Amino acid sequence: MDLTHLTIHDLIDLLRKKEINSQDIVKSYLKRISETESDLNSFISVFEDYAIKRAKQVDDTIIRMKTISDLAGIPCSIKDNIMVEGFKTTCASKMMKDFIAPYDATVSKKLKEDGAIIIGKNNMDEFAMGSSNETSYFNSTKNPVDKSRVPGGSSGGSAASVASRQVLFSIASSTGGSVRQPASYCGVVGLKPTYGLISRYGLVSFASSLDQIGIITKNVEDCAIVLNSVSGNDKFDSTSINREKENYREYLIDNIKGMKIGIPREYFGSEVDERIREKVLEEIMFLERLGANIDEISLPTTEYALSAYYIISLVEASSNLGRFDGIRYGYRSDNYSSIEDLIIKNRSEGFGEEVKKRILIGNYFLSSSNYEKYYEKACKIRTLLKNEYENIFRKYDVLITPTTINLPFKLGSKESNGEYGHILDKLTTPANLVGIPAMTIPCGKIDNLPIGMQIMSNRLNEKAIFKIAYAYEKNKVC
Amino acid sequence: MSYKTLIGLEIHVELNTNTKIFCGCSTEFGKEPNTQVCPVCLGLPGSLPIINEKVIEYGIKAGLALNCKIANKVNMDRKNYFYQDLVKGFQTTQYYNPLCENGYLNIENEGSNKKIRIKRIHIEEDTGKSIYDKERNILLDYNRCGVPLIEIVTEPDINSSKELSIFLENLKQIIEYIEVSDCKMEEGSLRCDVNINIVDENNNIKTEIVELKNLNSFKNAIRAVEYEESRHIELLKYKKIGSKETRRWDESENKTLAMRSKEDALDYRYFPEPDIVNVLLNEDMISDIEKSLPELPHDKKIRFIDKYELSEYDVEILIADKKIANFFEETLNYTKEAKQVANWITGDMLRRLNDSKIKIDNIKFESKDLGELINYISNGDINNSTAKDIFRRMFEQGERPKVIIEDLGLKQINDDKELRLIVKEILSQNQDAVNEYKQGKDKVLGFLVGQIMKATKGKANPKKINNILLEMVSKA
Ligand SMILES: [Zn+2]
Repeated sequence: MDLTHLTIHDLIDLLRKKEINSQDIVKSYLKRISETESDLNSFISVFEDYAIKRAKQVDDTIIRMKTISDLAGIPCSIKDNIMVEGFKTTCASKMMKDFIAPYDATVSKKLKEDGAIIIGKNNMDEFAMGSSNETSYFNSTKNPVDKSRVPGGSSGGSAASVASRQVLFSIASSTGGSVRQPASYCGVVGLKPTYGLISRYGLVSFASSLDQIGIITKNVEDCAIVLNSVSGNDKFDSTSINREKENYREYLIDNIKGMKIGIPREYFGSEVDERIREKVLEEIMFLERLGANIDEISLPTTEYALSAYYIISLVEASSNLGRFDGIRYGYRSDNYSSIEDLIIKNRSEGFGEEVKKRILIGNYFLSSSNYEKYYEKACKIRTLLKNEYENIFRKYDVLITPTTINLPFKLGSKESNGEYGHILDKLTTPANLVGIPAMTIPCGKIDNLPIGMQIMSNRLNEKAIFKIAYAYEKNKVC
Repeated sequence: MSYKTLIGLEIHVELNTNTKIFCGCSTEFGKEPNTQVCPVCLGLPGSLPIINEKVIEYGIKAGLALNCKIANKVNMDRKNYFYQDLVKGFQTTQYYNPLCENGYLNIENEGSNKKIRIKRIHIEEDTGKSIYDKERNILLDYNRCGVPLIEIVTEPDINSSKELSIFLENLKQIIEYIEVSDCKMEEGSLRCDVNINIVDENNNIKTEIVELKNLNSFKNAIRAVEYEESRHIELLKYKKIGSKETRRWDESENKTLAMRSKEDALDYRYFPEPDIVNVLLNEDMISDIEKSLPELPHDKKIRFIDKYELSEYDVEILIADKKIANFFEETLNYTKEAKQVANWITGDMLRRLNDSKIKIDNIKFESKDLGELINYISNGDINNSTAKDIFRRMFEQGERPKVIIEDLGLKQINDDKELRLIVKEILSQNQDAVNEYKQGKDKVLGFLVGQIMKATKGKANPKKINNILLEMVSKA
């Protein structure tokens, strides 16, 4: 039996029945990685010895303890901008290529406590800036569905590693759509939960007010299992939400009769590939047949979301990346004449082009002469957007849209270019700006390339998303 | 010619919380470099700040003590710039909404009152420390990173070095009273930058504002201001206004030197700190802090003069240090002689504390002991010079006055019978002196008193001795 074809739920079942042990699982996945990695490049580092050692420990614990947690012995990967103590966290940048994390991110800690086995760190766009995984200092990841195409970005490595069965799930991050877009391109499930539901402690910040840790899995149930483990209040993150933990598996209910679904017309504009538009609308009709009520609605401020996202994310990024000066850690230049010169050279030589471009633009938006013109306006749009979405969620349980405007594109094509590239985030950024949860689930293929359907809900209403997504996944005959 | 000096201050006060502003690291001063650091205060990638509520409380305390209006929420901002001891590439501070605004501090100069307006007080984190070794290498100590500060900014209401000195003393006293900082300039827990310029009031020409940095003592601040005053006046005499610049005080050269011009001022690209959620401050919390404030120096001064009928001069010495003032009032639980207590504290006690460089916290005796000592004097049990000896032993050995008196048999002799016997004995031993007295030489009385005191080791009640001696010497 090839264990890499199973789900988290299946494996835990087998572990509980003692038909397999964690070492069997980890070894199967390490083997799968060694067979596929040279084609895919979805990892920056793989912790083979550590994973086997951890699997042994987990097996010992399973023998001692009567109960097994839902992630015990389950191999996973983590995007390389999240700290795992003792291992490199490079952010796919030359700047950080030798940086060893001195502490665990809260998610890493929670996963370890639940017995999950972190098997490696995923490739990504440098400092999570990009939509194609092509800005990585460690070369691009390939889309497992079609290796001539990009896996999406910036969590392309995470999506590719789940889609190609190298791991069972991956922990990634989303600033504007970095979990949903690659998940959609690779044909897997991607969740960006409510802002503050998963602690950001240990995630290298890109844009603090937008960043959120997300989850990529093969299916909806696995996603709920992982969310159960990594969500919850964290006293190390002041933006973390303080409320009682939920059991998301309870929301995997195959009945959506009477649920209200809004179809916002701004998400179906002319920039969306017509084939994607039609396919997603077709799948929405399917949900109607399952008993949901469908209405077309309008969220007019959405048109300005991308501009606001662009300004806020670059402003925060320009400041968050200020700490990379090569003084205490990170890339350090050899020849310099003064401390100022050293900092300038470290940053000029250590950062890639896309990152430098964004820092410069961010600083431009933030300079005292431009602050009111750009940053303040962007914040106002964000407030309008929040109010608009809050109002609509008084009437609708979820909104459904396409996840991306296009199909996974070819490596090195025009979509990879930043100038054009940022429009790719158009459908995913509003959820980050508003802080609401959003999930992408695979909803079919066009020309053999996967497409995704985005389900958004109100703040902390992950429940509604899980219900819709689960019902769709359960009933759909793809 | 009539010139007016305009001085505004930016004072950084290090708060004496046990832990740093955004993490749990200790703030203790003088530890081995880079031993009091964690991912958060080092600003390591992925780390996030959690605001220390004590810092907010201390900031509000300072604001209330300086008559400020307190904000209804705390929001932090980022001040972006590059420096080797700045770990995150930005300093977390308050720019758009300071915690406290629009306060004032009244100062008294030569009998007249003056209000110095406080523009704002905000909270922020300290940065690390750069140390230059002999080879001009830069060594970095990040222990100070994240130590909480408040910055107090005044309006340019100070018009002379004298007012500056009074203001700084008063401010320091208030901060010490409310116990939010130990205000040690030598450890950098109180740092002061001065903005100064001068107006020629005849033609209303102003010099450009100069910022004075690196002022590591009040004395240097005052000397730098005096130097700048004369430099600016000199400029105005030649119809010049100088340039907007930052200058530093060079102690060895006794003058200020230009550091950098304001022309190349940095754009700090301030914006709201997205990693810290706003903390809402409600009225109840603020009024609770207000209730917890101690009596401030000015109120204490008025009360002491009123209640204890002491001179302004004495009271100022007593209240200069809150702990001394408290010791004074504690002593009054044991004796009613307020004036005596004030005299002993401002006299012998403070002199001995200064001479031996001991802090009042470490004094060996208690207020109860001083009260007892004063009662012995007023009851006539001991005289003043004996009391001074007893006090010395209290101070040095921490013994109780009662024990010292019994131990040395120092109790004053007040018994008439006993005194008469002593006088009789002395007179018989000094027949020559008695004869001289009888011949009209009054001076020998002093000699006889001295002999009596010597014989009694100073224990004889001097008043009684005088009367008895006068009466007996003529009969002898
Ligand atoms: Zn710390």
